[in-house]
Amino acid sequence: MKARIRTALQYAERPALRATARAVVGPRVPAHELRRRPLRYWLPTLLLGAAAACLVASIFLPYWKLTLHAPQYPKGLHVHAYLDRMTGDVAEIDALNHYIGMRRLDEAARLERSLSIIAVSVIALLVAAAVFIHTRFAAYLSLPAALFPAAFLVDLQLWLRHFGTHLDPRAPLSQAIKPFVPPVLGQGFVGQFSTVARVEAGFHLALAATAAIAVGLYFHWRAYRPLAER
Amino acid sequence: MMRNPTAACRWFLAIVSLALMVGGTAVTGCQQQEKVEAPAQVHTVTGLGDDAGKVAQERNLTPHDVVAALKTYMPSGRLDDYVMFASGGHSGQVLVIGVPSMRLLKVIGVFTPEPWQGWGTGSVATEAVLRAGDPSGRKTSWGDTHHPALSETDGAYDGQFLFIGDKANSRLAVIDLRDFETKQILANPLAMSSHGAAFVTPNTDYVVEGGQYATPLGVRYAPIEDYQKSYRGLVTFWKFDRQKGRIDRDKSFAMELPPYWQDLCDAGKLESDGWVFCNSFNTEMATGGIEKNQPPFEAGVSQRDMDYLHIINLKRAAEVAAAGKVETVNGFRYIPLQTSIAEQLLYFAPEPKSPHGVDVTPGGEYLVVAGKLDPHVTVYSMAKIKDAIAKQSFEKKDPYGVPLLKFDDVKEVQVELGLGPLHTQFDAQGYAYTTLFLDSAVARWSLGGAYQSKHSDPPWKLLTKLPVHYNVGHLAAAEGDTTTPNGKYLVAMDKWSIDRFQNVGPLLPQNFQLIDISQPGDRLQLLYDMPIGIGEPHYAQIVKADKLHSWEAYPEVGWDPHQQAKHASATVIGKERVERKGNRVEVWMTAVRSHFTPEHVEIRKGDHVVWHITNVERARDATHGFALPYYNINLSLEPGETDTIEFDADRDGAFSFYCSEFCSALHLEMAGYMLVKP
Ligand SMILES: [Cu+2]
Repeated sequence: MKARIRTALQYAERPALRATARAVVGPRVPAHELRRRPLRYWLPTLLLGAAAACLVASIFLPYWKLTLHAPQYPKGLHVHAYLDRMTGDVAEIDALNHYIGMRRLDEAARLERSLSIIAVSVIALLVAAAVFIHTRFAAYLSLPAALFPAAFLVDLQLWLRHFGTHLDPRAPLSQAIKPFVPPVLGQGFVGQFSTVARVEAGFHLALAATAAIAVGLYFHWRAYRPLAER
Repeated sequence: MMRNPTAACRWFLAIVSLALMVGGTAVTGCQQQEKVEAPAQVHTVTGLGDDAGKVAQERNLTPHDVVAALKTYMPSGRLDDYVMFASGGHSGQVLVIGVPSMRLLKVIGVFTPEPWQGWGTGSVATEAVLRAGDPSGRKTSWGDTHHPALSETDGAYDGQFLFIGDKANSRLAVIDLRDFETKQILANPLAMSSHGAAFVTPNTDYVVEGGQYATPLGVRYAPIEDYQKSYRGLVTFWKFDRQKGRIDRDKSFAMELPPYWQDLCDAGKLESDGWVFCNSFNTEMATGGIEKNQPPFEAGVSQRDMDYLHIINLKRAAEVAAAGKVETVNGFRYIPLQTSIAEQLLYFAPEPKSPHGVDVTPGGEYLVVAGKLDPHVTVYSMAKIKDAIAKQSFEKKDPYGVPLLKFDDVKEVQVELGLGPLHTQFDAQGYAYTTLFLDSAVARWSLGGAYQSKHSDPPWKLLTKLPVHYNVGHLAAAEGDTTTPNGKYLVAMDKWSIDRFQNVGPLLPQNFQLIDISQPGDRLQLLYDMPIGIGEPHYAQIVKADKLHSWEAYPEVGWDPHQQAKHASATVIGKERVERKGNRVEVWMTAVRSHFTPEHVEIRKGDHVVWHITNVERARDATHGFALPYYNINLSLEPGETDTIEFDADRDGAFSFYCSEFCSALHLEMAGYMLVKP
């Protein structure tokens, strides 16, 4: 693959384009150098590859879990949020939420949920592509993936704020329960319920991807910068 | 690239710190979670402290009492090891009781309307079950439930179904233990009364209903003077279709018997598989008539020293019935008495006078008969019975030609226990337990033969008698009438309680007494008294709780419990509607915490109303009621259930309907109006 990119660059017809392309993809590793220090060059590739793999795997796992505790639910009520759907006691929580005029959980983050699988696949592909780029553009390509966990939490918190502060004033308990902002992580309280929100395996994988990208880019910088300066 | 190392370092650090920040928050979240879900610390009692001693002293409790309390007390949330299904006697219902706590868990509506369960209070489906069991078409609103029988597989309880008989009207009911609701009631087309229901064969192929007072077959008139010619006894074998969860009436059949008063029955198992045994009394064929200077029944039926144990070859009887050697009355098949004799289906053996129970040992080797006016239990050997039948060794024949086996040929042993022996149960230690009505006691005695090795006592011997309070009828040991008794507990079902409870007027509660039978030899301990204030229970069965697998909610929204399938008229949120066709109005309603939809149902006087309500809840215990005053309607809509009511709106008015289960904080607000315009 790397050899093919190099060939494509060598045979690029227009010199200007060729120069720009070289500036983006960066220097290639000479064969003798790769033989001499394989770990130095394979490490960033492996880490970035692992990051992409983690992101793709996270699609199949829940990202976030909300547990509601109340005396009359001895086993608690649980909602698991995947990137594209929610599972668990959604119906029961919707039934309870109608008392305070909260909208149905199904109405939250519809756009995000419809795009999330494609979006995460794309940003994982960008990380994979960064393996072949030996300049700072590798960092630019990895950035969406690195920021994804934070973006997920921020978006979720915004939706929680939106849901908690846009309660139907005609709901049965609208006088008793004032608008509130459920915390995206940690403990909250509403009525007789205490809620605990925590991130789940999918999120942990995305977070591992962020860490792998950070470390991978460090080794990337260490490996390819000397080549560029030569 | 990366010409400026400082810049490169900067974004690297930015990403790492972002990662740490997010990770840190996540970890904090996890810790909070653990704090909430950490299990409460369990303190194990190692010795009773001063507090316990003080309480025992203040409450005047002996060490024996304290031990009994410790054996039965259930901390909140702890579940019982066993569940007892007891007949509810005159209530017509079945009682469900936890053992050893003796907590009443449920009263299942069977032969009598039960408003809480919406049983016979307007629901079309439950009315249909009740009305199908009306003898002679008269609306019957009670039953005298006697003997519950759990369904069995290979002679052991399987926890799937429960059957119970109504002595008063000769009826049988089928209860599905997935939802603890009655699914079928059948009236016996031939008999007026039956005492020996229900007993099941080892794989629940048949449910046995023994008779009681002889009457002309088919519920009709014949002069009492023609008793011997026209009156008949009966035993009925109801064919159970486990797949459908229903008795198949067309595949069921009965056997005509002499007009003795048949009593309790039991099905053979293992050694005696394929056989059924029933007791009888009044082989004197006394007809009473105290006012005509004839001996009253109580004297007339007690003249002879021996009555007849009925020994029935059910396996062969089923073949004879299948071969069409039957007659029918009221569309129901029965094998005529002379056919039974000719086909060698029926034998009698002498049994000591006026017996009550005939109980088969766990391995099926012996039958234990308690002759209530004889101080012994008589143990019959199945091997000897088979032998005597094979040799055709008969004493004589009864007046109808039924061969009578010789007592000494078939008797294994007689064990003297005391006065008024009635019923016998078994445990896993090779002991038998027999109630002594007149002695007000439960006797423990040792079995011999195959059971000798299970205990270290001499065979066939009375070991101890435990006083009970008072006049004990049946008893139930844990799984004590199956092939696998595992009894740690026994419940004595006392007919009189006299001084055991607070006086609640002249009609006293019955008394269920829990007894610990886990220790060998003469050690039995009375643990607990449970008053029953709803009727006079007869028999009960105790099953291991882990054999019951009932639903927590109906499997899907829109469930019809009476078909155990999706209801044809179920509806979902958003599809509620009222449709009119002429003067027929059909309503599809949903119920959810805390509203019905629609809340206004507008009709006209004279309309015929068909009204379906679906409880769309999935949460456990989120049951809604539906009470419609003046129209005598109350439904119980359990999570997922759809039920239908149907009535003529013959009275105008604004009728407020409401949810009659306290379902939520806004339960009172769960209401609506049926507006019937004049
Ligand atoms: Cu309700």
